[in-house]
Amino acid sequence: MPTHFRPALVLLTALTVITGLAYPLAMTSLAGVIFPAKAAGSLIERNGTIVGSSLIGQNFTGAGYFHGRPSATTAPDPADASKSVPAPYNAANSSGSNLGPTSAALAERVKGDVDALKAENAAAPVPVDLVTTSGSGLDPDISPAAADFQVPRIAKNRKIAEAQLRDLVASHTEGRALGLLGEPSVNVLALNLALDGLPKR
Amino acid sequence: MNLNGWIQIALYCAVVLALVKPLGSYMTRVFTGERTFLSPVLGPIERGLYRVSGIDARQEQHWLAYTGAVILFHVLGFAVLYAILRLQAVLPLNPADQTAVAPDLAFNTSTSFITNTNWQSYGGETTLSYLSQMLGLTHQNFLSAATGIAVAIALIRGFSRASAGTIGSFWVDVTRATLYVLLPICIPYTLFLVWQGIPQTLSPYADATTLEGAKQTIALGPVASQVAIKMLGTNGGGFFNANAAHPFENPTALSNFVQMVSIFAIGAALTNVFGRMVGDERQGWAILGAMGLLFLAGVLITYWAEANGSSVLNSFGLTGGNMEGKETRFGIAASALFAVITTAASCGAVNAMHDSFTALGGLIPLVNMQLGEVIIGGVGAGLYGMLIFVIVAIFVAGLMVGRTPEYLGKKIEAKEVKMAMLGILCLPLMMLGFTALATVLPAGLSGPANAGPHGFSEILYAYTSAAANNGSAFGGLTANTVFYNSTLAIGMLVGRFFVKIPVLAIAGSLAAKKRVPASAGTLPTHGGLFIGLLVGVILIIGGLTFFPSLALGPVVEHLAGAAGQTFATGG
Repeated sequence: MPTHFRPALVLLTALTVITGLAYPLAMTSLAGVIFPAKAAGSLIERNGTIVGSSLIGQNFTGAGYFHGRPSATTAPDPADASKSVPAPYNAANSSGSNLGPTSAALAERVKGDVDALKAENAAAPVPVDLVTTSGSGLDPDISPAAADFQVPRIAKNRKIAEAQLRDLVASHTEGRALGLLGEPSVNVLALNLALDGLPKR
Repeated sequence: MNLNGWIQIALYCAVVLALVKPLGSYMTRVFTGERTFLSPVLGPIERGLYRVSGIDARQEQHWLAYTGAVILFHVLGFAVLYAILRLQAVLPLNPADQTAVAPDLAFNTSTSFITNTNWQSYGGETTLSYLSQMLGLTHQNFLSAATGIAVAIALIRGFSRASAGTIGSFWVDVTRATLYVLLPICIPYTLFLVWQGIPQTLSPYADATTLEGAKQTIALGPVASQVAIKMLGTNGGGFFNANAAHPFENPTALSNFVQMVSIFAIGAALTNVFGRMVGDERQGWAILGAMGLLFLAGVLITYWAEANGSSVLNSFGLTGGNMEGKETRFGIAASALFAVITTAASCGAVNAMHDSFTALGGLIPLVNMQLGEVIIGGVGAGLYGMLIFVIVAIFVAGLMVGRTPEYLGKKIEAKEVKMAMLGILCLPLMMLGFTALATVLPAGLSGPANAGPHGFSEILYAYTSAAANNGSAFGGLTANTVFYNSTLAIGMLVGRFFVKIPVLAIAGSLAAKKRVPASAGTLPTHGGLFIGLLVGVILIIGGLTFFPSLALGPVVEHLAGAAGQTFATGG
């Protein structure tokens, strides 16, 4: 064992410096040069302030915006830091609901959301992604069906023709990667930014 | 289930298979000490490392010395990581002002990373500084993976050598695995991930003002460089709490696909290294074939279960499968596939929350780990885990025909079988023993977030994941407690070393044996009969050991859910 000590200690130190410092720092410099915006987190600025990241969802609640999926993220309770309170789309504490398929709490939550959405738009089936929380709680996307589902509400609220909104959704729908991988999706923040950019009547 | 989903799965299998031969050929050259196209660049660095460390690259080790080196390397690695986590508050690169990691959590996390488990009791963005992520976690992502590869190569040498006293040099194997295999792939891989949108920055967390005027703090960091090795080295410990479900760890369906490929790439190619080094590539393909059969069966069941969705939610008129805990950009097929890959391969990264999978969809990840992570498995660990089962399968076949079993010209005798059984039996002891303990102690029962059979599954999953060195979780379990942090860490240590040490003992014993020529009575080990025998032995051992525990968890839950029953906590 003593004969092992020097090789173990020196090799461990050297490999730690190579893989734990040299590698990530070199990658940080290189990525910052080649893909500066993406390396910095794909942040979006509007009028000089950061309004979010194109990859991170936001908690839209106003009737005039497209809503994202329910989010199960939490934040420390301001009154008692050992407890946590719901804080949807907390991008500093990603998390799913971790409720299982026979959870009464999950069934109750989904039932409530389904009923609310049916009251909002009885014409279309409730899209499953609008009543289920995402794995990260930060899902930036909804399905095209979930965006279409919300069009009547937004049309009414913003006094925009439904057809115009459906065109907007269609132009913001991303197909499958390489036409094959994953599922088609609509980035909610991008869609809402475009919505804000539509000419006012 | 739909055609597109099956095409994604088929494409995945095709890409992994296409990589087996080129990567296998390259790694064989690396570990037999031949020149590679990277030697002109890496050779001087490698020789420099040996010089400062006082290592003679030509001096090989007896299996006991090799084992001693492995253990010492782990112990020192643990000490370094533990110190960094405890001291992170006073060390640089801590823009979010993270405080020192608590002792039990630091113990758990250090154990978890040196054993290639990467269980997350910590929640990356809320617990760890950038320095802890880089210098602490990223370096162990490399070294624990390199150690796994080294042990697998040592075992292969046991089969490929005859009448030899040594099984290679651990120092050389671990250096070469890091410098020639892991690092050169991670560099372009990191850049690809940044291109897809993963951040790679030392800037502090960004403060955004949302469109509705709320404040949103966005956690950032040197993420891409860690995600690359986390996947390639089948480590799986997330930079963020939500792991590969987080859009910053896995931004697109394409990044998801490449991450899935990188989980299996080295493990699958090592079967080819095995075939090449024992002088018959068909032997490697046979082992890969057995792995592939078990893998496809798992994918079929999980994809079917998730696409059908949960009976309880479907009763509200929802269609489109079980999307609770899944991300829109991946959908059902890519989430189900990822879950099977990550648990088959001892990776433990997740792109969807396994805790919210349907009962049967979540059963397969559990079974994958209980079988000992031999379906491709962790880098290195999967191959040596599978070879343990090969020894048992050959032994069973020998009993059936009344002959001394032999494999690749080596007689398999009492010592090898005993060591193989030790490696196999330590896992259920940890998985089931600790689960039983946690279900009777108050400290254990306070853990589950879900009630009823699902709560039991959460506990079973945790100890299964720890002992199998996987690291994925049914994340609802509150595992950051002194009880869970310490018992899970013990499970990880036993699951790592009580497999590794017997494996190295087998390697030493086999290397010393003479080669016996094949005769008419030798069982061919490259055909369908052998693959069937191997799969059968794995399923029988796994089934007999774990079926009762599965019946109490996922099976009961499936039946209850089908009958519309739900379970409330606190009632």
